[in-house]
Amino acid sequence: MSRRLVTALLAVIAAILVTPGNVAADGQGGGTLSGQISDPESSEEDDGVEGIDIDVLDDSGDELGTATTDAEGAWEFDVPEPGTYTVVLDEDTIPEDLQSYELVPAAEQEQEVDEGDDPIILYRLVEPETEGESSEGPDDGSGDESAEEEAAEEGAEAPEVDESAPFSHQFAQVATDGLVYGLVIAIAAVGLSLIFGTTRMINFAHGDMVTFGALMALLFSTGAGGLGNSILGLVVAVALAIGVGLLLRDRAGPGVRLAVQGALLVLGIVGATLVGILGGESMEWRVSLLGDPGMGSSALDLAVVVLVPVVIAAAVLAAGRLLRGRVPHDTVLPLQGVVLFVGLAAGLWLGAIGAALIAVILGAGLAAGMERYIWQPLRLRNVVMIQLFIVSIGVALLLRHTLLVLFGGSRASYPEYQVQEMVGLGPIEVAPRSLAIMVVAVLVLVAVACMLQFTRVGKAMRAVADNRDLAESSGIDVARITLYVWTLSGGLSALGGVLFGIHQIVHWQMGFHLLLLMFAAVILGGLGTAYGAMVGGIAIGMVAMLSTLWFPHQLMEAWALAIMIVMLLIRPQGLLGRRERIG
Amino acid sequence: MDFLGILATSLTSAIGPVAAIYALAIIGLNMHFGYTGLLNFGQVGFMLVGAYGVGISVGTFGLPLSVGVGAGILCGLLLALLLGIPTLRLRADYLAICTIAVAEGLRFVYRAPFARDFTGGVFGRQNLSEGFRELNPFPPGRYGFGDITFSSPHLWTMVVTWSLVLVASLVMWSLIHSPWGRVIKGLREDEDAVRSLGKNVFAYKLQSLAVGGVFGALAGVMIALHQASITPDQFRPQVTFYLWAMLLLGGAGRVLGPVIGSVVMWFLLTFTDEMMRAMDQMGWLPFVSGGELGAVRHALVGLILVLLIIYRPQGLVGDRREMLVNVK
Repeated sequence: MSRRLVTALLAVIAAILVTPGNVAADGQGGGTLSGQISDPESSEEDDGVEGIDIDVLDDSGDELGTATTDAEGAWEFDVPEPGTYTVVLDEDTIPEDLQSYELVPAAEQEQEVDEGDDPIILYRLVEPETEGESSEGPDDGSGDESAEEEAAEEGAEAPEVDESAPFSHQFAQVATDGLVYGLVIAIAAVGLSLIFGTTRMINFAHGDMVTFGALMALLFSTGAGGLGNSILGLVVAVALAIGVGLLLRDRAGPGVRLAVQGALLVLGIVGATLVGILGGESMEWRVSLLGDPGMGSSALDLAVVVLVPVVIAAAVLAAGRLLRGRVPHDTVLPLQGVVLFVGLAAGLWLGAIGAALIAVILGAGLAAGMERYIWQPLRLRNVVMIQLFIVSIGVALLLRHTLLVLFGGSRASYPEYQVQEMVGLGPIEVAPRSLAIMVVAVLVLVAVACMLQFTRVGKAMRAVADNRDLAESSGIDVARITLYVWTLSGGLSALGGVLFGIHQIVHWQMGFHLLLLMFAAVILGGLGTAYGAMVGGIAIGMVAMLSTLWFPHQLMEAWALAIMIVMLLIRPQGLLGRRERIG
Repeated sequence: MDFLGILATSLTSAIGPVAAIYALAIIGLNMHFGYTGLLNFGQVGFMLVGAYGVGISVGTFGLPLSVGVGAGILCGLLLALLLGIPTLRLRADYLAICTIAVAEGLRFVYRAPFARDFTGGVFGRQNLSEGFRELNPFPPGRYGFGDITFSSPHLWTMVVTWSLVLVASLVMWSLIHSPWGRVIKGLREDEDAVRSLGKNVFAYKLQSLAVGGVFGALAGVMIALHQASITPDQFRPQVTFYLWAMLLLGGAGRVLGPVIGSVVMWFLLTFTDEMMRAMDQMGWLPFVSGGELGAVRHALVGLILVLLIIYRPQGLVGDRREMLVNVK
């Protein structure tokens, strides 16, 4: 078999080698002109500006073609032969919100291309110098540098500090920003730590679950046209397939069950595609980010928004209690699903369910699906831990770039939270959105802590995280608890994504940036402990922000990582971890 | 659709300089993971310091090329020691997080404005390979058969890099078949057993990290010489994940695994890329277009990783038993 394969391959290679080769001249002879235009409004310079056209002319002035920057701001153009080329950046294609920036160097550039050379042409968008800055300062190149730093500081990540304020005020201001950032990290990191505790696996896809939550909330809060309806349609189809599968488990043969499930899935996919293509923007609808039933008084609105999810959760639990023992065991879950579905639909109709809640539910569903259909089967096959890491990296790449294809590489922010008046609290100024993040994050963290501390499921989660074998032998259904842990983690990471998006900006790489900080947080607090992740997250956020008082803000993530490594050297089990051999 | 042209382009990239450079870096990763069982998710960090060894000595200080290459390799060695001494005593999962953190931290430092005088900040260093191209024995022109041709600088880089890959593979083969190699493989199978035989486990791991790190740095040096210009942002964690995918595709723990993995993966990547481009031009792709094709390619690498681990963890030429090692 393999010999035949090799023979076939060799034949193909020979066929190509024999083909006379004058055709391939283009794109091979000269070289490739390429470059990257980074987004001046972001502190991450790997975030580029999409959709800028760059024309390439040869030395006689004929236009050879146009290159367009992709999601990362990168562009490339193959030139046919060595020579001198003129590259012209089409300034009209710079997105409108960036038109105020100055292009450095000038739009028209000459570039010599040697044989086999791939020159890089760098354009930058910098903030126009408003004041006559002394660019000839004693330290060389300070003018250029500060221009860029200013441009970079436009990104929301760096705390804005009034340099003239006394140091204590600056400190308080930065510490507050750090607290908000830390709470966001903590929310997202709890799940990472719990997953590690229960399954001993480091979930490299956790950052992309965060991105998923943020993007879903963005989709449903800015107008879910075809894409949003398609996604919901798919989710309903998958849920139906799972529910019907559970119902049919003992009532029909496996063949019938698979056929019904498959038919439902195919129907769902076809339906979702049709909705996406035909319905398009005409079926557009949107909900506000945190829900807004429009009852008139804002206190009533708030009460409804808070109460409806609680009522739904209570109804699902009550349905489970009531039905247990009265109907066959395996019909309980599908019926609970029906209750949940009806509750959600009613909540959506009331407007009490915001985009954030939809995102959290979708995130929880995604995580539960991954556990049920990827990780659990792999664990049952005794796939070793290293391989699970690698699978999670693969899942992360897949998820991240699927999201990139679906949503594009542009950055966005939730419309309701874009520009806000700062509220003064003593020496510090806080944007209302930061206060909202703090309140939501603290409430959720307390709720999660109470759940872990006082409920049966929570205790079981901690028991499994502590010692899987012991938990199993004392009668805990470890597989079920692991599924719950993943569901909880998925929901929390989606919520973390929404909060991170409110705090900063929504972007397809946001989760991956947060992932390293989450790693630092869980290691600082102790891998596998939920409370450790909360403490570690807050500490890492504070350290990262406070470092900007003394050090360049580009290094804030590097400091967080440095803290993690120091922690590993002196106390590898983390702040709250129990001492054990980890060497 | 010019199917033969697409095949030829794919083959060109499969044996081209970049594939050779990746093969070199994967040989280092194979030393770490395939033989020693170290989970190094920061191989790109070694490539970064190697490339900047050349970049800083040639680009910043104007030193001759030989010094640059030496500096690059030395930096790789140094990074292995600095990274290994604190972290190699830790369990594998901690090592994984640490290596990815260190590699990403290095990128932050190299692109930070305060280091611009040395590293050129986000713009990196340019004009690095004049010394290398002066040594080029091939007169200008195109070489190759049929549709598969290379320009003379590319051919020169290819010859040098593939020779380095050959030498590195030979070195690996002789290392692994030496007593030292047997201890290293023992480490992968059962660390406690090796320790109970009186071996200094930590020292062996450190040596393995250093050897693999030097290969990684050498790959970085070749990147600097091949592209003649480097920027910090080309050394993102995604590169490490590509290296992992290629290593697992070829087969970890095999001397030939990295070479096969790199060649086959580059062929597949370029092939799908070109196919999608051609189909895009003919309007056959309803959902994606232009700039999104790159994202599809990354997603594809992710899918390949998942499917490989699930269905063929030993890769193309590996031994399944060797991949069943559990890390405690």
